[in-house]
Amino acid sequence: MSGALLVRALRDPASTAALDAAGWTSLIAAARAEQIVGTLAHRLHGLSKPASAERILADARASAEQGRTLALWEAEMAGRALLPLGIPVVLLKGTAYVAAGLAAGQGRNIGDLDILVPREALPAVEAALLEAGWEWVKADAYDDAYYRQWMHELPPLIHRERDRMIDVHHTILPPTARPKPDAAALLADSVPLANGLRVLSAEDMVCHAVAHLFADGELAGGLRNLWDIHCLLDAFDTPHALAELRKRSQRHQLGLHLERALRLRDHLYGNGAVLSLADRFYVRRLLARDGWGRSTRPVSQAAFYLRSHWLRMPPAMLARHLWTKWRNGHRLSR
Amino acid sequence: MVPLDELTAVYHRTSGQTHLVAAPVPEILAALEGAPATLDVLLARLAERYDLADPDPEALAARLAELETLGLVQRR
Amino acid sequence: MKHIFQLRIGPVGFRVGSDWRGPVDAVAALYDDYPKPFDGIPDFNVRLFAERPWRRVLRPSVMIGGDYELPDAAPLPLRLGLLAAEMGMNLQMALGQRRYLLLHAASVERDGRALLMTGVSGAGKSTLAALLMARGWRLMGDEFALVDPETGLVHGFPRLVSLKNQAIEVVERAAPGARFGPLQPDTPKGHIRHLKPDAASIAAMDVPARAVAILFPSFGHAPDLRPVPPAETFVRLTQASTNYVALRERGFHALTRLVTGVPAHAIDYPDTEAAIEMVERLWEQSA
Repeated sequence: MSGALLVRALRDPASTAALDAAGWTSLIAAARAEQIVGTLAHRLHGLSKPASAERILADARASAEQGRTLALWEAEMAGRALLPLGIPVVLLKGTAYVAAGLAAGQGRNIGDLDILVPREALPAVEAALLEAGWEWVKADAYDDAYYRQWMHELPPLIHRERDRMIDVHHTILPPTARPKPDAAALLADSVPLANGLRVLSAEDMVCHAVAHLFADGELAGGLRNLWDIHCLLDAFDTPHALAELRKRSQRHQLGLHLERALRLRDHLYGNGAVLSLADRFYVRRLLARDGWGRSTRPVSQAAFYLRSHWLRMPPAMLARHLWTKWRNGHRLSR
Repeated sequence: MVPLDELTAVYHRTSGQTHLVAAPVPEILAALEGAPATLDVLLARLAERYDLADPDPEALAARLAELETLGLVQRR
Repeated sequence: MKHIFQLRIGPVGFRVGSDWRGPVDAVAALYDDYPKPFDGIPDFNVRLFAERPWRRVLRPSVMIGGDYELPDAAPLPLRLGLLAAEMGMNLQMALGQRRYLLLHAASVERDGRALLMTGVSGAGKSTLAALLMARGWRLMGDEFALVDPETGLVHGFPRLVSLKNQAIEVVERAAPGARFGPLQPDTPKGHIRHLKPDAASIAAMDVPARAVAILFPSFGHAPDLRPVPPAETFVRLTQASTNYVALRERGFHALTRLVTGVPAHAIDYPDTEAAIEMVERLWEQSA
């Protein structure tokens, strides 16, 4: 199972010395599928390995470096458009990690730009972005209404010339989800960077990663999310710091999710943990990859997809949403 | 910056973008390199280096505004 | 992935896996004398898979996947499995290649010097490359030319040459002893047949060459040859490269070095004989 292989390589880089060609092939395929190959490359940097593996991983590091440049530039341009509005603009996820120079950002593969702004500012933000060259990624009218009414973000925008997407959030979970994080507190306690943009406080970064991992639910990219959490938790190495973190997570109604994240992180990347039955289900899902990096548990996957939507929408709404999506999909089927 | 016949190719490290520019842009960028300047100082620098007959501050301001949109220069 | 084949084309190693035997057998037959990936570790993985388990048998259609994938890509019928494998490898290169600057160009070599032919699909690059190979040039590749940013040299990527429609017959006549793959009729781009690079081209796949000429061929016009200035060449080549941006400053330096050091010409030609004649004449002049 290459999921387990990947986790072991990240946790204990020296263990890769025992890998044969097939092992390296599986490891790299799994890392690419989990979007974590840049991080793997950094972890294994300097260790002796076959020349081909060294070349492939060196390319991955270079790729991550390129992604970093593009991500920071995208943040810079978003800042130029939005900071004049006088509102806090908080960077989230990968872009935040690299902007703040955190270990979690090392080798990270960054896709879209995610930012958090106050809910009242959304119309002004929307207008400013459209003015500065972003435009809507139009799916269909139904999706647009769904986003605006039920989700925690504007429908996706993409920049006309640079061809990069931006996701504008006003809280870190959909309003229809069960945990209700305190968006005002996230913004109020955010930390400024030199260029005027902001990032979440250290505790809130962990809470966001936890929210993203579980409550936002499909568990796709779960191993990478847990690795982010693992890196972020390095700053919480005293009992007092951990206690404060727990208190903060409870404020965001993410207390139980944080506990689960801590156990999974210890189990996968740390020194082991006592897992509940539900925990084991999560672990199976997270590690379910074959030698080609493919997910091997179709049943679990469907269960998580349904669960992810259930967490976002009450059951009646869910039925209506899936029915409409199925009808649209059916019309367009090949 | 690499000159290619009448145009110059410019690689902007911070953004990863490549621009193809024509005179007077390469000259403006070269004149600003490592030494930020006000509009008047920049105009004087360019007039001296390139022997400009009729230095026009408005034209320079317009070029600088364009470069600012591209992200190649920044106003402080 | 029940059926697997590993191969190396130039400096790039692939692992191709398939839910069906047919595509892998077709690939293995045509690439039988190609080397394996360095150290047994491929650079890229290609997967040919069934969208749903029953699609393996019922109206089987092949989804193309791998390390790098395009969302919403339409599958191909199983009878075009070889084409699917080739497209899968192209896709990995187009989206994932980071070591070499990738130019969408055909390249041939003689005496250690390389000629690059680039332009839009249908301009005739693959056909010209195949015909030049039949006349004794070493084929470096018909789809991608790999430029090493450190040395500026061109590296070969001699995969199967993809010939379409009328070109198939033209090349069959010009190269009677050559090995072809099965006809792939009624693809989205018409009829396709793959031509195997000759033994000399395969044997020399690891030998790089210095680029001395860039050509922009254009089919279906009165013969004409005109120089293309560096700035225009630069722009056209960035459009012909899928990884120029990803290579950042290395890509910038590799490409500016190429366009300032290698002359470029646009070639208009009414038929392949005229094209070959113009190419050979240009080549003699560049020596």
